[in-house]
Amino acid sequence: MSAKPTVNEFMVRLANVNGTGSASANALLMKALFRMGLPVSGKNYFPSNIQGLPTWYEIRASGSGRLGRTRRVDIMVAMNAETYRKDLADTASGGYLIYDSTWPRNTLLSRDDITILGVPLSKMCNENFPTARARILMKNVAYVGVIAALLDLELDVIKRLLNETFRDKVSLLDANQLAIDLGYNYARDNFTCPLPFTAKRLDKTTNHIVMDGNTASALGCLYAGATFGAWYPITPSTSIMDAFKRFCEQYRKDPASGESNYCIVQAEDELAAIGMVLGASWNGARAFTPTSGPGISLMSEFLGYGYFAEIPAVLFDVQRVGPSTGMPTRTQQGDIMSCAYASHGDTRHVLLFPANPEECFYQAVQAFDLAERLQTPVIVLSDLDIGMNDWMTAELKWDDSYQPDRGKVLDADQLKKLESFHRYLDTDGDGIAHRTLPGTHPKGAYFTRGSGHNMFGKYTESASEYLQVVDRLRRKWETAKTYVPGPVVDYSEKNRIGILSLGSCDGAIQEARSGLAAKGESFNYLRVRAFPFNDDVQKFLDAHDRIYVVEQNRDAQLKSLLLLEMDVESKKLSSILHYNGLPMVAENVVDGLQQDIAKGRAA
Amino acid sequence: MSYISKPKISHPRLPKNELGLTARDYEGGMSTLCAGCGHDSITGAIVQAVFELSIPPHGLAKLSGIGCSSKTPAYFASESHGFNSVHGRMPSVATGANAVNGQLKYIGVSGDGDTLSIGVGQFIHAVRRNVNMLYIIENNGVYGLTKGQFSASADIGSKAKKGEENLQPPIDACLSALTLGGTFIARSFSGDRDQLVPILKAGLIHNGFALVDIISPCVTFNDHEGSTKSYEFTRQHYHPVIHADFVPPSEEIKAKYEEGEAMPVKLHDGTQIVLRKVGKGYDPTDRGAIFHYLDEHQKAGEIVTGLLYVDEAPPDLHAVNNLSSTPLASLSNDQLCPGNAALQKLQARFR
Repeated sequence: MSAKPTVNEFMVRLANVNGTGSASANALLMKALFRMGLPVSGKNYFPSNIQGLPTWYEIRASGSGRLGRTRRVDIMVAMNAETYRKDLADTASGGYLIYDSTWPRNTLLSRDDITILGVPLSKMCNENFPTARARILMKNVAYVGVIAALLDLELDVIKRLLNETFRDKVSLLDANQLAIDLGYNYARDNFTCPLPFTAKRLDKTTNHIVMDGNTASALGCLYAGATFGAWYPITPSTSIMDAFKRFCEQYRKDPASGESNYCIVQAEDELAAIGMVLGASWNGARAFTPTSGPGISLMSEFLGYGYFAEIPAVLFDVQRVGPSTGMPTRTQQGDIMSCAYASHGDTRHVLLFPANPEECFYQAVQAFDLAERLQTPVIVLSDLDIGMNDWMTAELKWDDSYQPDRGKVLDADQLKKLESFHRYLDTDGDGIAHRTLPGTHPKGAYFTRGSGHNMFGKYTESASEYLQVVDRLRRKWETAKTYVPGPVVDYSEKNRIGILSLGSCDGAIQEARSGLAAKGESFNYLRVRAFPFNDDVQKFLDAHDRIYVVEQNRDAQLKSLLLLEMDVESKKLSSILHYNGLPMVAENVVDGLQQDIAKGRAA
Repeated sequence: MSYISKPKISHPRLPKNELGLTARDYEGGMSTLCAGCGHDSITGAIVQAVFELSIPPHGLAKLSGIGCSSKTPAYFASESHGFNSVHGRMPSVATGANAVNGQLKYIGVSGDGDTLSIGVGQFIHAVRRNVNMLYIIENNGVYGLTKGQFSASADIGSKAKKGEENLQPPIDACLSALTLGGTFIARSFSGDRDQLVPILKAGLIHNGFALVDIISPCVTFNDHEGSTKSYEFTRQHYHPVIHADFVPPSEEIKAKYEEGEAMPVKLHDGTQIVLRKVGKGYDPTDRGAIFHYLDEHQKAGEIVTGLLYVDEAPPDLHAVNNLSSTPLASLSNDQLCPGNAALQKLQARFR
C-alpha cells in the first residue's frame, strides 16, 4: 500500500442514492476545499430519475489547477449498497474506501491494495437525530466530517460555511454541526488521521467563484437585458430558466409598483417556445429560449424562418447525449452539425461555444449583441458538463459602460426623414439591412414572411429577386465572421502539430498538453469559440502539417464542419473522439495523440 | 402570396375617422384570392372595423400562419407591421409579441387547417393564456392551396368536390374555446357584414383572447352541392342567436331594447356592446348552457352565429404575469441591467 504523501492532489468520489439529500453535503465538502484556497471541480453523475437510483459526485482538488475530469478515485465514499461492488472496483490502487459499517458488508468483496474504512454512520445518526428524515440527511453531513478528519480540512472553514447556510435556521445549524462533529471525532478516534492525502491551505482561489454554466448563462441573460424567456422544460437546460427566474425576482421587480420587468412563459412545447421568442424579438425585446438537442430538432422549422426573415433570437442548447432521447443526464457535443445548419433549405446559424461558466456569462451577453447586430438566431452550444457541474471560474465582472448593440433599427425620426423604407435593402454593403419595430411609425411597416421575398420585403417568385436576397444573406454571413469571438490560440513556431477543439474539451486538453510538455512533447492549441470560423482558424489550419480535432461526439462533427467551411485537406485532420456521455479526461487526449503518433502518422 | 400594389383612390368626401383617415388608408395590397372568396369579404370587414375604431395603422400588428386565410394580412392595413409565420404557429408568435408590447392591437388571421389541425396545440394554449388579441379563423372546411382536402372543421357527411364524403367528426373551435375558458367567443359568416363588423370591433377592444370563427366559403373547392360550408348551405342553415350592437364610450345607447332581451356588456375601455337576443332560449352568460345549445343546434344542422360568449373579467397574459405597464421592449438598459456592484455582491454566495 502506497503511503507516499500527496498534498492537494486528490479526487473524492461520493456514491449515493438520488433523493437522499447528498447534494448539499457534497457541495459543502467542495466549498470547504475551495475556501481553503484549493482549486476544485465538482462533477455530478446522476440518473434521469427522481428518487432511488445511484448517483455519484466527484470532487477533484488540484493545487496545480488540473480541473478536468479524472478517472483516478483516491477516496471513495461508498454510501450505496447497490453499487458497492462497482465502487470498490473503481477505487484506485493505494486509495481509500469509506463505507457505512452499521451493516456488515459482503466480506467476499475485498481488495488488498486499498484501505477500507468502516464508519457506523447510520448508527451514529440514529442515536443522535430524532426524525427519520434527519437521520438520512445527517448521514451525508457526517461523512463530510469523516473526510474532514482524514484530509485534515480546516474545521473552522466548514463551520463557517454551515453558519452562512443556516443563518436563519438554528435547529438545522445545530444538527449539521453535530453531524460534522460525529463524523470528525469518529475518524480521529479510530483511524490514523490524516491520510497520506491531505489538503493544505493555498491561495489559488482568490478572485474565483464556484458556479455552474447554466447559472452563469442565466446571469448573462439578466445582464444583457433580456426581458422575455420562453421554454419547455428539458434536461439539462432547465436550470437556466430556474436561475433566470430567481435573478429576475430579485433584480427585475419594479420597486414602486411591484410589476415585473420580465416575462417568462412556460410554453406547450419547443415549437411554441421558439415562436414566442421570435415574436418577442420581432417586437423589439431581447428574448431567449434554453433547450437541448431534442428541442433544437423541434425548433428547426422556426430557426429557418428566423434566418430567412432575419429575426434575432438567442438559444441555449445545453447538449446531452443523442441520438433521439439518448441519455438525458449525460454530456456530449453532438449537436454541432444539427445546429449549424438547422432547418431545410440553405440555412446556417451563428454558434457560440463556451468552454466554462465564465464564458457562458460573457457569451450569453455576446449572443444577444450578435443576434441583434446580425438579425439572426444565435445558438450558444454549451453542454451538460459545463451547464450542470460546479466549476471554479474567474469572478465575473461587468463593465458598467456597456450598452447593448441593438443593431440597425430605425427609429421614428429616421423613418420620417426617409422617402420610403425597404426592409431588405443592403444600403451599407455589409449584407445587413435595416429593420423597424412595430409601433414606431407608419412608414416603418413591412410584412415579415418566410416565403420568397425581394429586397423590398414584397412576396416574390422571381428567380433573380430570390437570388438577390439569399446571396445577400451569404454576404451577411461573411460579415458575421468579423463580429463573432475569435478562437483562443496557443501557438509556437517550434511546434508542428496542432490540436483544435471546442467547449468543454478544454480542461482535458490543457491537462494533456501540460503532461506531454513535461515529457518534451509540445502541441499548439486552438479552441474555436464561434461558428462561422474566422481567419485565425484558417491561419492555424494553414500553419500545421497535422491537426488533431478533439471533440465529444462519434461522427467528428467539428472536423466535418471545418472540412465543409474551411480550406483544408482532409488528410491533414485527425480525430480524437470521446462520446460515452462522461466528461472527457486527459488520458482520452493523450491516448489519442500517442496512438496516432505511434502509427507514424504524425509528421 | 403574390403581392400586387393596389392603386389608392380616395373620394374627397369619403368619411374620415378620429385620426382623419379614411377606410382606404386601412387597405392593403390587391387580393390574389379567387374571385368571390369569403376571405376577401372578411378582409373588408376588418378594414371597416379598424377604421371605425380609429386605430393608428402603426398601432396595429397583424399575424398569420400559412394557407389562403393567412395570406390576407397582406390585403389590409399596409401601414401596419405584418408577420406571416409558419404553418399553425401564429399563436406562439403573437404570444411573444404581445408579452413584450401590450400597447399594440393584435389581429391574428388563421384558417381551419392552420388552427384546428397543424396548429391546434398552439391555438388551445393561446386561448388558455388569454393572450390579448383578435383571433380570426376564416373557416371553409377545406384545404385550398393544396386543392381540396377536407380540413378538421369539415362536418360529417359533407361532400368534397369530387364526391368523397367526410366521415370524421369536426373540431368545433367555439365549443373548444368554451371548454378552455375562452373569454370572447363568436361565430359569424363572411356574408353577414352587419353582424361581423361589430363583433370584430368588440373583439379588438376585448381585454383578452377574442375568438371569431367565421364561415368563409371556398368558391373553388367547397361551394358545391353537398358541402356544408357553401354559401347556399350557410345561408339556408344560418341561425343568429345574438347580435352585438357596438356603442363607443362617447355615445349613449339610443336603440330601445326590450327588457330581458338585451344585455349591455361594458368592455374595459368603457365601450359598451349590447347583446341582443335574436334566437329564443339562448343565454349568453351561461358557459354550460351555451355549450349544450351550440352542440344541439349544430347537430340539427344549424349554424349558430353571433357573439356567443363574452367575459371581460378574467386576467389576460399581462395581468397573470403582472407585467410592467411600460412595454418590456421599451425598457432601457438602466432599468434592466443591475450593474457591476450588484454582480460583485451576488457572487458572495458562489465563493
